[in-house]
Amino acid sequence: MPLCTQTVHQLHAQLKNREITSTQIVASVFDRIKQVDDKIGGYLTLTEESAFEAAAAVDQRFERGEDLAKLAGIPVAIKDVICTHGIRTTCGSKILSNFVPPYDATVMKKLKSQGAITIGKTNMDEFAMGSSTENSAFQPTRNPWNLETIPGGSSGGSAAVVSADAAILSLGSDTGGSIRQPAALCGNVGMKPTYGRISRFGLIAFASSLDQIGPFTKDVEDCAIALNALCGHDIMDSTSAQVDVPNFEQSLVNDLQGLKIGLPSEYFVEGIDPEVETAVHQAIAKLEELGATIHNISMPHTEYAIATYYIIAPAEASANLARYDGVRFGYRSEEAEDLTSMYKQSRSQGFGEEVKRRIMLGTYSLSSGYYDAYYLKAQQVRTLIKQDFDQAFETVDLIVTPTSPTPAFKLGDRTADPLQMYLSDIFTAPSSLAGMPGISIPCGLTKNRLPIGLQILAPPFEEGKLLQAAYTFEQNTDHHLHRPEL
Amino acid sequence: MPNYETVIGLEIHAELATHSKLFCNCDAGFGGEVNTHTCPICTGMPGVLPVANLRAIEYTIRAGLAMNCQIATYSKFDRKNYFYPDLPKGYQISQYDHPLCYDGYVDFELEEQAKRVRINRIHLEEDAGKLVHGDVTGDKNYSYVDFNRSSVPLLEIVSEPDIRTPEEAIAYWRAVKEILEYIEVSDCNMEEGSFRCDANISLRPTGTDPLGIRTELKNKNSFQHVLAALKYEENRQTRILDDGGQVKQSTLLYDVETGRTSPMRSKEEAHDYRYFPEPDLVPFEVDPEEVKRLETELPELPSTIRQRFVEEYELPSYDAEFLTATRYIATFFDQAARSSGNPKACSNWIMGDLSALLNSAGQTIEDCQITAGHISQLVEIIQDGTISGKIAKDVIADCFNSGKMPTQVVQDKGLAQISDTSELEVIIDQVLGRNPKSVADIQDGKMKAIGFLVGQVMKETRGKANPQLVNQILRQKLQD
Repeated sequence: MPLCTQTVHQLHAQLKNREITSTQIVASVFDRIKQVDDKIGGYLTLTEESAFEAAAAVDQRFERGEDLAKLAGIPVAIKDVICTHGIRTTCGSKILSNFVPPYDATVMKKLKSQGAITIGKTNMDEFAMGSSTENSAFQPTRNPWNLETIPGGSSGGSAAVVSADAAILSLGSDTGGSIRQPAALCGNVGMKPTYGRISRFGLIAFASSLDQIGPFTKDVEDCAIALNALCGHDIMDSTSAQVDVPNFEQSLVNDLQGLKIGLPSEYFVEGIDPEVETAVHQAIAKLEELGATIHNISMPHTEYAIATYYIIAPAEASANLARYDGVRFGYRSEEAEDLTSMYKQSRSQGFGEEVKRRIMLGTYSLSSGYYDAYYLKAQQVRTLIKQDFDQAFETVDLIVTPTSPTPAFKLGDRTADPLQMYLSDIFTAPSSLAGMPGISIPCGLTKNRLPIGLQILAPPFEEGKLLQAAYTFEQNTDHHLHRPEL
Repeated sequence: MPNYETVIGLEIHAELATHSKLFCNCDAGFGGEVNTHTCPICTGMPGVLPVANLRAIEYTIRAGLAMNCQIATYSKFDRKNYFYPDLPKGYQISQYDHPLCYDGYVDFELEEQAKRVRINRIHLEEDAGKLVHGDVTGDKNYSYVDFNRSSVPLLEIVSEPDIRTPEEAIAYWRAVKEILEYIEVSDCNMEEGSFRCDANISLRPTGTDPLGIRTELKNKNSFQHVLAALKYEENRQTRILDDGGQVKQSTLLYDVETGRTSPMRSKEEAHDYRYFPEPDLVPFEVDPEEVKRLETELPELPSTIRQRFVEEYELPSYDAEFLTATRYIATFFDQAARSSGNPKACSNWIMGDLSALLNSAGQTIEDCQITAGHISQLVEIIQDGTISGKIAKDVIADCFNSGKMPTQVVQDKGLAQISDTSELEVIIDQVLGRNPKSVADIQDGKMKAIGFLVGQVMKETRGKANPQLVNQILRQKLQD
C-alpha cells in the first residue's frame, strides 16, 4: 500500500520500527500531489523543500532511537487561514495574496514541536466564507470523488487533499460547519472541537466567537491523535479554555453499551436528500444495534440558527476584516489618489463578492438604530439555541444528525443563490453557535458514489465521547475504507 | 440681551505608565526608534489576538478610587469601529457600556473657592499609532505610521458638564493631572502627548436647565491652548446667540497662531462607531476584595496632604501648595519636617535655597543629590547653634554639589560655630583693644557702633562665631 494512502497510526508504527522513513512518506505524498492536484486544486502553496528538510531532521532523530510523538515525520496540510511563519498565507483572498506572516500560529508551534511536516497550504473560500470553496480568489477545489462537484467549504482544500491521499491529515477551521460539511462531502473524518479547546492565535479571524481549528483525518484514531497534539489552553488566546485535556486516544473504545443518543426532530425534516436521509437512518440503526439507546428529542430554536448565524458571523467579520486597508500589508490599489480612495479601491478590488456581501451585512446589523433589532436580538436567540443543547444533554449523551442536507453538489450550482448556499450549514451552524463539539464521519455513499456524513454532537469538552461513538461505529462498519477513484 | 451660563465638560485622556502595552508585551514607554516597540499584535497582523494587561486594569481601578468612583463588579471590552491609518485593526478596543469606573467626583480649589466636578465614567482603551507626514520626512508623496504608541493603555476620564468657566476647566484638568501623578498611574507628560483632553462647551440662558448646542475641541495637550480656545469659543457662541443665531454642533480645531477656532468636521460626517462586545476578550469580574486592597494601598491625595500641611504643620497655604506640586516633593518635605520637628524652616529651605540651586543647575528635586535627610539635618544644626543661618547657605550649596551630609561639610570645612565663651572672650578683647573709638562711642550712648564691633568679631572668626553669644559678651564687657 503506497505510504500516502495510510493513516497516521499506521505510518507511526512503521516509523517507530524504522521500517520506513519520514522522507519516504513525504516523497510518496508529493508524488501523489503531482499526480492529482492539477485535477483537484487543493493546494495554494506547496513547501516541498522545507518539508524534505524537516523530514530528514526527523529521520535523524528516529535513527538516534528517540521516542517521538505520533505526528513526528507525518505530512500535514494546513488550511490557508492559519498563519505559517515565512510561508505565504492568503486566506483565499486577493487582499492577502502577498502576505507572509512573521509568526506562527499556536497550532503550528504545536505541530512543529511534535515533529509534524508541513507540506503546503490548502485552498479555501475567501476568509472562510462559503460552503463550496468556490469563493477562493485563486481557484476552485474539486471533490476527489467526482471532479464535477464541489468539496464543500470553507475548508474544501483541506478535506479534498486528505481524501485524495495528497496529505495524511490536514487542519481546517470551522465557523458554522466549515470542517464538518466538507469532511462529509469528501468522505473523511472532520472534528470541530469545543469552542476554546484549541488556541485561535494565528487563525485569521472570520467570526471570533465561532471560529475553531480542527483536523481532517482518514479515520477516528488519527482524529484522536491530532486532538492530543492540538488541544490545550494558550496564554495568547484569552478565549481558550482552561480545561484539562484528556488523552483522547483512551477514548478509542469499541463500546456503545448504555449510551443515550438523541435525534432532534428539527434535524430530520423535508428538504433532506433522500439518499442522505436513508444513510443516516441506517447509521442510527447501526448505533442502536451496537448498544446505544435512541431518543427522540426536540430542539425548538433550531430553525432560527441560520438567521442568527448570518447576523453574528458577518457582524464580527465586518470588524475583523477592517484591518485589510492597504496600509501595512496585503493588496493596495495602484490607482488610489488619497486616503479614502485607497481604502475604497483596495478593499473593493481586494475582496471578493461574498466577503463584501458579508461585510455589508455585518456593518448594517451593527449600525446605530439597527443594533438592538439585529445583533442584540441574534445574541439573545443564540442563548436560546445554546439552552436547547443544554436541555437536550440533560437527557442524552450525544446527538446524531446528518452533517449536510445534501451530498456534494455541482460546481456553479449554488453560486448564484447565496441563500441556498447558506442552507448547506443548516445542521452544523446551531452547534457552532452553542460552542459544542461535533464530528462528521463517513456513513455511506450515494448511488453516484458521493460520500455521506454523519454528524455527532456532544456537550462542551466531551470530545472523548464523540470519539468513542465514532470509533465504535467505524470499527463495526467499512464506510471509512471507501476511497475515491482518481 | 440675556446673560448666558457657560457649560463645559472635559474628556481627559491619560496614557498609563505600565511597562507593557495593553494587549501585548511590547514596551509601552515613550519614544524609541520608529516602529521598534511593535509586534504582530499591536500592528494588527492577521490572526493575532489581544490579551489584556492586568496591571492596566489595576491602574484604572486605582484612578477610579482616587476620583471617588464606583468600581464595576462586571466589566468588558468593546470594539469601536472606524478607519484611520494609525488604527491598525480598523477598530479600537475600548469600553462602551460597562466602564471600569463610574459616578465619581474630583474636588479642587479655584481662587480659594472649593469646587467639585462629577466624573461620569473612567474607562480603559488602547491608544492609536502616530502619523508621520511629509513635513517631517521630507517625502511629500507619502505619509508614514509609527506604531510605537499603538495599543499603549489609555484612560478616558469623562466629566459631567459641571464646569462653568474656562479657568475652572483648567483647574479641574490640573487637579486630575495631580491625582494621576500622585497615585503613580500616569506620567501625565503633556509634551509627549501622554496627557491630552477634548473639551466641549455650550451656552444657555442663565437660570435655564436644558443644555445649549455644543462645540467640541479635540485632543489638546496644553493648558494655555485649551484656556484660550475655550475663551474664544465662549465669546464666539455669545455673539452668535446675541445675534439670534444658532450654534452649529461641530468639532473645532484651535489655531494657536491666529487664536481662532475653525470646524474640523461637522455632525453630518459624524462616525457611527458600531460598538459591539470584543469577542476576543472575555468579560471579567472585578473582585471586591481586590478593590478593597487597592483602596487601602492608595496614597494620600494632594488635596488631603495640603490640608494636613496647613493644619498640622501650620504652613501658609502658599507653602502647602508649593510643597504638594508633586508626590515626590510632598513626601520629601514631609520626611524633613517630621524628622527636624521644624516644618516652616524646612519649607523655607526647600522653597528658597534648594529651589534656587535646582533652577540654576537645571535639575529637578527628584534627580538632585539633596535628600530629605539633608534638609532636616541642616535645620537641626542651625537650631542647635552648630552653624549660623548664613553659613548654612554655603553648606547647602556644598551638599548640593557633593552630595555630602551637612555635618560632614561642616566638619570638612571647619565651619562649626564658635560657641565657646572663653575662646570668644579672647577674640572680643582683641577687637575691643583695636577699636577704642567705637568703644568710646558706645560708652557715649551711640549704641549703633555695637553692630560694627559684632561685625569685626565675625570677620575675625570668618563667620563662625555664634552671633548671639558675641552680642551678649560684648554688651557685658562694655557695661563693665
